[in-house]
Amino acid sequence: MSDFSVEQIKNLHKRFEQLSGNEETISRENLENIPALANNPIRRQIIGAFFDKRNQHQNEVGSFEEIGFEQFLMVMSHFRPPTLKTTEEERETMRKEKLRFLFNMHDTDNDGTITLEEYRKAVEELLSKSGAIGQEAAKAIADAAMLEVASTNVPHMAPDDFYEGITFEHFEQILKGLEMESRMHIRFLDVDTTTMHCGRSTS
Amino acid sequence: TFHKYLDPSGFGKSLPEQGLLLLVVLVLLEGSVLPLGAASSPDVSHQDDSHNHKVADHGVNATKKVFPVLDVDYHHIQTPFEISLWVLLASLMKLGFHLIPRLSSIVPESCLLIVVGLLVGGLIKLAGEQVPPVLDSRLFFLCLLPPIILDAGYFLPIRPFMENVGTILMFAVVGTVWNAFFVGGLLYAVCQIQPANPSSLHSIELLHCLLFGSIISAVDPVAVLAVFEEIHINELLHILVFGESLLNDAVTVVLYHLFVEYAGVGTVTVMDGFLGVISFLVVALGGVLVGAIYGILAAFTSRFTSHTRVIEPLFVFVYSYMAYLSAEMFHLSGIMALIACGAVMRPYVEANISHKSHTTIKYFLKMWSSVSETLIFIFLGVATVDGPHSWNWTFVTVTVILCLVARVIGVVGLTYIINKFRIVKLTTKDQFIVAYGGLRGAIAFSLGFLLDQNQFAHRKMFLTAIITVIFFTVFVQGMTIKPLVELLAVKKKQEAKRSINEEIHTQFLDHLLTGIEDICGHYGHHHWKDKLNRFNKKYVKKCLIAGERSKEPQLIAFYHKMEMKQAIELVESGGGVKLPSAVPSTVSMQNIQPKKPPPAKAAERALPQLPKGREEEIRKILRSNLQRTRQRLRSYNRHTLVADPYEDGFSDLLIKKQKMIELEKKMNNYLTVPAAPPDSPTMCRARLASDPQAYSMKPVSDSVPVIQVDLASPQSPDSVNVMDEFRRANQEEDQGLMMKPPQGSSGSNKPGEADTTRDQQRLMRCLSDPGPSADEDEDEPFLP
Repeated sequence: MSDFSVEQIKNLHKRFEQLSGNEETISRENLENIPALANNPIRRQIIGAFFDKRNQHQNEVGSFEEIGFEQFLMVMSHFRPPTLKTTEEERETMRKEKLRFLFNMHDTDNDGTITLEEYRKAVEELLSKSGAIGQEAAKAIADAAMLEVASTNVPHMAPDDFYEGITFEHFEQILKGLEMESRMHIRFLDVDTTTMHCGRSTS
Repeated sequence: TFHKYLDPSGFGKSLPEQGLLLLVVLVLLEGSVLPLGAASSPDVSHQDDSHNHKVADHGVNATKKVFPVLDVDYHHIQTPFEISLWVLLASLMKLGFHLIPRLSSIVPESCLLIVVGLLVGGLIKLAGEQVPPVLDSRLFFLCLLPPIILDAGYFLPIRPFMENVGTILMFAVVGTVWNAFFVGGLLYAVCQIQPANPSSLHSIELLHCLLFGSIISAVDPVAVLAVFEEIHINELLHILVFGESLLNDAVTVVLYHLFVEYAGVGTVTVMDGFLGVISFLVVALGGVLVGAIYGILAAFTSRFTSHTRVIEPLFVFVYSYMAYLSAEMFHLSGIMALIACGAVMRPYVEANISHKSHTTIKYFLKMWSSVSETLIFIFLGVATVDGPHSWNWTFVTVTVILCLVARVIGVVGLTYIINKFRIVKLTTKDQFIVAYGGLRGAIAFSLGFLLDQNQFAHRKMFLTAIITVIFFTVFVQGMTIKPLVELLAVKKKQEAKRSINEEIHTQFLDHLLTGIEDICGHYGHHHWKDKLNRFNKKYVKKCLIAGERSKEPQLIAFYHKMEMKQAIELVESGGGVKLPSAVPSTVSMQNIQPKKPPPAKAAERALPQLPKGREEEIRKILRSNLQRTRQRLRSYNRHTLVADPYEDGFSDLLIKKQKMIELEKKMNNYLTVPAAPPDSPTMCRARLASDPQAYSMKPVSDSVPVIQVDLASPQSPDSVNVMDEFRRANQEEDQGLMMKPPQGSSGSNKPGEADTTRDQQRLMRCLSDPGPSADEDEDEPFLP
């Protein structure tokens, strides 16, 4: 959190107050009321991520009812981009952190693995705005994806073995080509830009 | 790349010698025929002409000659013959280079082709004939350049391009302008020094120098493509340099016309400069607009081509070419029009056209662009020999040095500014590659060739300098860039196939980031991208894509494409031993299905089991007649030939069953008319392998019907029927698209069979090509 600049914290705080109606905490309704989010197929999971205790890095589990500005900022910190000065190790940590965030979004029952059911649900949500076609294909796609993870990570399974679910290591492995540390970021959190419109739009 | 698909191993011993011999023979052949062609032109020999006339003149009462049994009339076919000869030369050269084993890895193709051009030009000159003006600007800009640009534009990777468009534009516009003025200005300054020895250089005017600067400063897409294709660097750098080479066309066009116009007048005012900027915007945006309009027209046309699949590729090519020509007509940027046209039409056209048309378009574009590229480099060599040349040591060497220096300073300076706005910063290594990859090519030469000799006294000198710079960049930079890339350990292109997991998470990430932006109230570029996507989905796709495909989400389209690819790989590998997966594995669907408790008693299972022997027989027959099998048995599960509705994976089977129903419908319903012969093989093949028509999925109904294959009792008439059909099918010859699954493991080798099942199922899924009106009820009896 110390990686945010003063100006960024100020802007985020302004936005926080806007969302919470000048209160100390935000509840789920505050976020659900954002009109732009209505079109987002995975909005429930996004909102859920804000209230997920696992994303606060304090080794707690479960979810909050309401969050304060500190927790809000903590979630936002997952979307920092790397800078030119970021070392290789820091990039590695950053990547793990971001992947962990994504993993938590999928692993809803917090058992440390993404089971087939959970993955199916995730793909269904992703295709939820695409009507009936989406729902039908979602299962097949999730199954194929799961199969791919299993094939890549545990190539030689006997026919009676059962692949419990995607562990975090496997998750990292299949997504390593995407370079999460450079992709998963919001532009306005970039320390050098001066283009921040935070607070200008109505919520 | 296209031209790498040749397999030289079929020739056996003494391959390099054969290759060299072939090359020499070809060059000599070309060298000998072309002068013949040149000699036959009417200006040179009149006797041939009159002879022809005499022969053709049957009606005239001339002196009766012996009837010519065999006659040579070269003049009649001269032009197409020579063109074909050049094309043949180019293609044979390409073949030849890849037969010589180590040559193609040391020297980039472009260098070799220029050398060949030099040889051919030399031979022609030695024969004493006039070298044909091969790099005629009209020929170049209207015939040779468009295929290359269209190929590049149609297959432009949109995502990385759009992500880096700001950087690319900076390099293309600001970088090129900087290069032009730096080179032009300093060149003029250098030419003005040495006041004690007035040389011909002193007479160059500033504007001429600036014009020269603008011609020489543009990075050439043809050269960049030719060289970068062989070095396989990472996507980011490739798209940066390549994108720059495409987008700087607008700048070059404007600067060129500006300076040509005003070189005559002699002065340029601020007003003219301002007009130049406006002109640039018009040229660039106008080009893109023209291209986009034609692209939308092409997409719209492709919507109606479902009945005339054969001419689908033609629309793509003709619309694109017309976009290019229309843009050139208005002096807009033709290259940008072509790129815009290809990029705009592609997603819609690909959703509409058949798979075969897609393949046709891909291979035609690759073929034309390959031939064009080869011809351009050969012609460059020939034109060098032709001249006209006027060598001036100072001018040429200063030009070369200034070009390099300008490029380096430009890239470094711009990167410094750009890095402030980029998330993924450009490192020094990246900057080096971008600077070093700034190759010049035939466009510069053609532009120089276009100059009017009367207006520009130093045209010859310019041309010489341009050729020198081109040679320097192509030979020196082209040859050394590969070892440098290795030396600097620049990141190479990821060869891994795109996986479904990556695709899922790319989309997921898009939505996630858009959501976060919305929560922050920040209208960042994810927000706008999302808006554009939704607009596209809601309005544009409905207009431009035929049928049900307009509603298909991107993830599903990707999934189908992947399935199709896997099936094709399976067929191409001959259904062989090695499975076409990146990591051969024994994991199957069974391994990931959640475990369920086994039934307490065997008696609880409502459906009968098959005796083992019968199961084996059936399995063997099914395997050998995979295609026809799908029409008869709608679901095939390794465990039971009976689908258990209480089993978890049943709904999956249901989807497969539906697909097979739809496929079967398409194949004209064999079940209801068992005695009738199937459609002719070609029809079957056409239907199977083409039309990605509407992929409508049926909703999973709650009332799950039980599929009963009651083959347990041999006495049952149904079972006899099935067996008879199989036997009959066995006797018929193989027709149509026969996909044999891996024959390897039979019997109880479970992992192998699991794969067979999986692949069969995959095959079944991808082969399903339901018609647009797939509406059948599920309660059809399974067997008649």
